[in-house]
Amino acid sequence: MTVAQLSSTLLYIAFILYLIGTVFFGGAIRDKKAKRSTNRSATIGIAITIIGFIAQLGYFITRWIAAGHAPVSNLFEFTTFFGMMLVGAFIIIYFIYKISILGLFALPVAILIIAYASMFPREISPLIPALQSDWLHIHVTTAAAGEAILAISFVAGLIYLIRVVDQSKPSKRTFWLEFILFCLISTLGFVLVSTSFKAADYEAKFTWIDKNDKEAEVVYSMPALVGPHKGELQTADRFEPIVEMPAMINAKKLNTVIWSLIGGFVLYWLLRLILRKRIAASLQPLVKNVNLDVADEIGYRAVAIGFPVFTLGALIFAMIWAQIAWTRFWGWDPKEVWALITWLFYAAFLHLRLSKGWHGEKSAWLAVIGFAIIMFNLVAVNLVIAGLHSYAGT
Amino acid sequence: MEQVKCECGHVNPHGTVFCESCGKPIVEDSTKKLLDMRYEGSARRSQTYNKTIIDKVWNFFSSVKVGVWLIVITLLASAIGTIYPQEMYIPPNVTPAEYYEEQYGWTGKLYYELGFNNLYGSWWYMLLIASIGVSLVICSLDRVVPLYRALKNQGVVRHETFLRRQRLFSVSKVDNYDKLIDEVKEKLTKRRYHIREENGNILAEKGRFSRWGPYVNHIGLIIFLIGAMLRFVPGMYVDEVLWIREGETKEIPGTNGKYFLKNEKFTFEVYEKDKEKEVFQEAIDRVGSGMVAKNYQSDVVLYERVGPIVPGEEPKLKKVKEYKIRVNEPLKYDHYALYQVDFKMNEPNKMSFHLVDKNTNEQFGLVTVDLRNPKPAYDLGNGYRVELLSYFPDFYFDENGNPATKSKIPNNPAFVFKMITPDKPKGEVSFVAIRQTIEPLGDNKYKMSFAGLETKNVSGLTVRRDFTLWILGVGGAIFMIGLIQGMYWNHRRIWLKRVNDEVLFAAHTNKNWYGLKNEIKQIIDGTELVMPIDQAEEEKKGAQGGDDSGATK
Repeated sequence: MTVAQLSSTLLYIAFILYLIGTVFFGGAIRDKKAKRSTNRSATIGIAITIIGFIAQLGYFITRWIAAGHAPVSNLFEFTTFFGMMLVGAFIIIYFIYKISILGLFALPVAILIIAYASMFPREISPLIPALQSDWLHIHVTTAAAGEAILAISFVAGLIYLIRVVDQSKPSKRTFWLEFILFCLISTLGFVLVSTSFKAADYEAKFTWIDKNDKEAEVVYSMPALVGPHKGELQTADRFEPIVEMPAMINAKKLNTVIWSLIGGFVLYWLLRLILRKRIAASLQPLVKNVNLDVADEIGYRAVAIGFPVFTLGALIFAMIWAQIAWTRFWGWDPKEVWALITWLFYAAFLHLRLSKGWHGEKSAWLAVIGFAIIMFNLVAVNLVIAGLHSYAGT
Repeated sequence: MEQVKCECGHVNPHGTVFCESCGKPIVEDSTKKLLDMRYEGSARRSQTYNKTIIDKVWNFFSSVKVGVWLIVITLLASAIGTIYPQEMYIPPNVTPAEYYEEQYGWTGKLYYELGFNNLYGSWWYMLLIASIGVSLVICSLDRVVPLYRALKNQGVVRHETFLRRQRLFSVSKVDNYDKLIDEVKEKLTKRRYHIREENGNILAEKGRFSRWGPYVNHIGLIIFLIGAMLRFVPGMYVDEVLWIREGETKEIPGTNGKYFLKNEKFTFEVYEKDKEKEVFQEAIDRVGSGMVAKNYQSDVVLYERVGPIVPGEEPKLKKVKEYKIRVNEPLKYDHYALYQVDFKMNEPNKMSFHLVDKNTNEQFGLVTVDLRNPKPAYDLGNGYRVELLSYFPDFYFDENGNPATKSKIPNNPAFVFKMITPDKPKGEVSFVAIRQTIEPLGDNKYKMSFAGLETKNVSGLTVRRDFTLWILGVGGAIFMIGLIQGMYWNHRRIWLKRVNDEVLFAAHTNKNWYGLKNEIKQIIDGTELVMPIDQAEEEKKGAQGGDDSGATK
């Protein structure tokens, strides 16, 4: 087995271990006898999580050795690393607060993130000149660590909201809470749909006319619900697009988004039919023993710890590297701007909390929005808004 | 200024909420059970005066609410700027007005018309940032001065109401007070509390410096913003472009003729199949061999001028150093930095032609034209001679159909030659461009036949000197220090007050109550003290009518 293969195997092992860990954290909640916050099941859960984390650390190190550079150079590598940092942050917070319910929510989020990452090209690629610097691992790892710690506040906020939002009647709060859960489920939808079509080896080639009136070629890996501008299907026996998009819109990406949403819808409504109530309402019994003040405190602690790390990694180190690589420390590139937006948002969060007394539910909603901004910067800015950072995509 | 004297004897500034020393409320406000400890009840200017216009401006900017709104508006504005690319990222050879409409339709047109194509340089965006700066200064001053006073003047012996109105509070019956005090003091010392004692009452305190964290980080931000502003001061900032061909020596722009650069060689490398490590093959296969850049490099020599600048005279140069400028590895010298940012491969440099008899194909000599610096005439001997009548480095036909040049860069050179030969002493005129020969004055006997092209690579370098960087660095460092100071430590205080045979125990922290409660648990463990009750939690429970959750059962 080569080092690169060993690396992939370790990531796979970590992924499975996180899944098993989640089950044990679930068991820890179900354990009615012990009213203590930790119990045997939770101990096994955290042990498995730590082994999983070590396995993923092994993936990271072996991949670094194989490539000769830190594996944080494309979307797959960065997102996987973000998932790993999320688990790491969870482990630390777990040992401070000893709350097993956190594992039941943090691990699935990490699993989703790693699964999402795996949908992008996974080969080890050589570095373009702009990335050939030690600042690659200094900047990217610190930024990812900061974002991961901030993401823990989202997990705590989600737990808080599931517990506190009144499910006896539909309201704005129940709607938005369901919306958050729907987004998470749609990520799963994306993973499942992509994996299925990949397994079926689906490929449909189109020729189309781009916005500069030039003929171009595009290969869909999912049946084209929306086709490219003046697209003509070149592969035999493939699904003909239902609608054609104007040249301005990237039809292939839009098609993927539509499929993910369809996957998400199917999964979501299947779950609702089985459960016969809102997803958040079905999750509520799991969190009924959560101490709201502790959940609130975890959310705040995560921001308090994560904000300086994020500032250092995503702004200060970023500026130093930008000065070296791009001749200027700040250039209003979309990724830079969104890092600034994230930073401003959490600055507002802290001010509202410390000075305006926005604790509890308000703070929990803010934590959710903060995570949405981080995810937007990770996903949309790489894939939709083109900029200097878009090499990180596919 | 008016002053308020508390019954403990301490004199407080006008506007104080509760006494700096003993904590007895000055303005009795019994609606809330708990004291608002945020700024220690100190007299903040913004809460005290609201008469003059200065008061009003001060109060406006000292409000956290206003600060948060400024942050949120800046945040939204910044987001709008990323919808479409900013003008600096669109191709340089297009008209922005047309480009936005062409690429993005009517929304693009609107985006341009609203000025969002240059959003981050717009006056209103600058104004927002400036307002945040003002808010930072005023907010900080409004709070830090009275807070410092209050913490400096705080007394050990606190008024009973002050203690009872703290979030963590308990009353314990104690038999042996001296023993208790010794035990507690020992435990507090172990936990690095700084202890002050007065008449058997205790004030234990730690991490007070974390209270200054927010103000320190605000100072850092202000320094950073000042640094960013200084960029507009002439002389602080140099940003020039230097295009330099291989073999060329040029003055470095922005250095006032002090430094010169020679470009020895430019190298562009790509990742190719089978030339890289085995692990990279799959990735190279996917995007295609030779499609991904590996290296951009200019091998240069830096020279410094010796002696004064004499117009019209060749400068005397002294070699300073040789360097290989690569992306991420700029050449740095004397505060200047030269960056590899662009390149042009194979720019025509010299073009050669044979003078040929069209019928016999006999050659009568080779003419080599330096495209940057062509000679007017080339003598080939034996009465053969070629004159260069006109030269168009970047040739095209203008609107009248006449040959013209777009620039001085030899992208598409064209020539008008006059060929003088012994049998045609008056000469024949021939217009020669790439893959094109025109004989404007009728059929010629001779022609200039293309014999070869020598090309050179051109390096595109950026020249920078930025005297604001260190200020930004200092600002950034101070900001980080303040942030860590404020976020990773917290200010905890514990009070013990003896009232007859009872001990009042109260505690306060500026954040992380969970941690403080755990610490108190360990401190009172094995003593006669009762674990304090979290009165904020009690209040909340009371408000919810005894039910501690909104969850459905």
